[in-house]
Amino acid sequence: MESIASASVDLRKLSVRRLNHYLHHEIGDQAPSRVEILNPNGLHNIAVGMDAPVRVDVRGHAGYFLGGMNRQARIVVHGNVGWSVAENMMSGEVRVKGFASQCAGASAHGGLLFIEGSASSRCGISLKGGDIVVGGHVGHMSAFMAQAGHLVVCGDAGAGLGDSLYEAVIYVRGKIHSLGADAREEPMAEGDYDRVGHLLSRTGLDWSPREFKRVASAKTLYHWNVDADQEY
Amino acid sequence: MCGIIGLLIKPESKRSQLGEWVTPMMDCMGDRGPDSAGLAVFSPVGDGPLRRFSLFCGRPGFDWTELGQAFERDAASEGHLSAIENHGRLVSPIAPESLEKWLAREFPSVHLLSTGRSIEVYKDQGHPAEIAERYGFAGLAASHCVGHTRMATESAVSPAHAHPFTAGEDFCLVHNGSLSNPWSLRRRLEKRGVDFETDNDTEAACRFLEWRMREGESLEDALQAAFIELDGFYTLLMATAEKLVLVRDAFACKPAVVAETEDYVAVSSEFRSLAHLPGIRSAELFEPVPEEIYSWSL
Repeated sequence: MESIASASVDLRKLSVRRLNHYLHHEIGDQAPSRVEILNPNGLHNIAVGMDAPVRVDVRGHAGYFLGGMNRQARIVVHGNVGWSVAENMMSGEVRVKGFASQCAGASAHGGLLFIEGSASSRCGISLKGGDIVVGGHVGHMSAFMAQAGHLVVCGDAGAGLGDSLYEAVIYVRGKIHSLGADAREEPMAEGDYDRVGHLLSRTGLDWSPREFKRVASAKTLYHWNVDADQEY
Repeated sequence: MCGIIGLLIKPESKRSQLGEWVTPMMDCMGDRGPDSAGLAVFSPVGDGPLRRFSLFCGRPGFDWTELGQAFERDAASEGHLSAIENHGRLVSPIAPESLEKWLAREFPSVHLLSTGRSIEVYKDQGHPAEIAERYGFAGLAASHCVGHTRMATESAVSPAHAHPFTAGEDFCLVHNGSLSNPWSLRRRLEKRGVDFETDNDTEAACRFLEWRMREGESLEDALQAAFIELDGFYTLLMATAEKLVLVRDAFACKPAVVAETEDYVAVSSEFRSLAHLPGIRSAELFEPVPEEIYSWSL
């Protein structure tokens, strides 16, 4: 196996598998505080499964599953990402300077995912406790079946927002194309303003929390309703 | 899965590089579709009544010279035939229906892959990188092209089931996804006299769009009808002699990314197959949204 001497890895020279082995097993106690990844060129699975308090800079566009299952690491992508960025993230932070394709932050349990641009469909699908902030818009079916955590959308939201939501809460600053089944707009409470303000301050965005709407579950799907006759 | 690729080169001076730019796109998308591949390229065959016919024979070692000589002997038209492996290219003023009849009578094992004044199609079974090598894709010069790498899910793996599919003249389509109602669509078209060559779902979409265009609609209007009529998942990339057109269905489960610079518009299932293109770092990149028609003309 090629040795990695410096904290700068060029993916034109080394495979993603080799990079991830380095990130998982070789940065240990003498961990460099930063690792730079060059020429990601849309490759998949970059920096998945990290579990170290390291800052990772990805210099370019990445493919699918970037930063999946992340614990502790702070990963910054200086470009766009493909499907399922930070899928199942547990903690730490993933920041994308460009846009994200579908399923950004899917089923993330913890940590913060910040997309500076827009995220496409199914952003935050099945979210399980993580926080997602999107600087632009989100596509259709975002936060579908999201169970816990928060999705903050500074732009507009596509069709079917929050369909079949559980306890996750969505905040939208722009227009909502349509709400999904069982999602409803609710009044913002002081706790909501504080939460949105806190998440925005972590991302450096300076929108006023007062501009956001709250979307949460109406909870009509929580229990089987024998009288509904399959009409939901 | 399956991979789709497309490239339109804007300045005429750079069209000689189409093959060089598109071949790595196809090799890379071989990861998404390793069982067969195809490419349709567009460059005008010349003024006047000439058409270019792409021919295919699945029989190894087929004697194209014999077909060329027979054509000269039988047809009332002139023709120039060239061939690579099991693909033949005939340039002739013969009417397409006359050629089809002649082929059916004299060379029933030879299939007509495409007809038009600009289109040329290559498709075959095997890994896309091998196919690109076999037919010399890297040396192709053209204004635009669409390509496909197939991982078959719903019908046989064969050269005929590989994409692009064509219908009519100078029109082709590649598809990532699967349709749920190709047979009902097909039965409706067959009643209107539309003939099919395979049992592939994509062929139904291709012939549906070409039929609407023959009835007088623009491709864009035909696609609006397709949004209603086609049931299933699809990213469709189409080309005519003048343009590239891209759509994704309402669910947008099948990926696509577009990169545009001063020199080109490039479309692919995944960004990684575009990463080698010149100027890609400063290209305008976006992901097409569902049920929006994206069209780029020469």
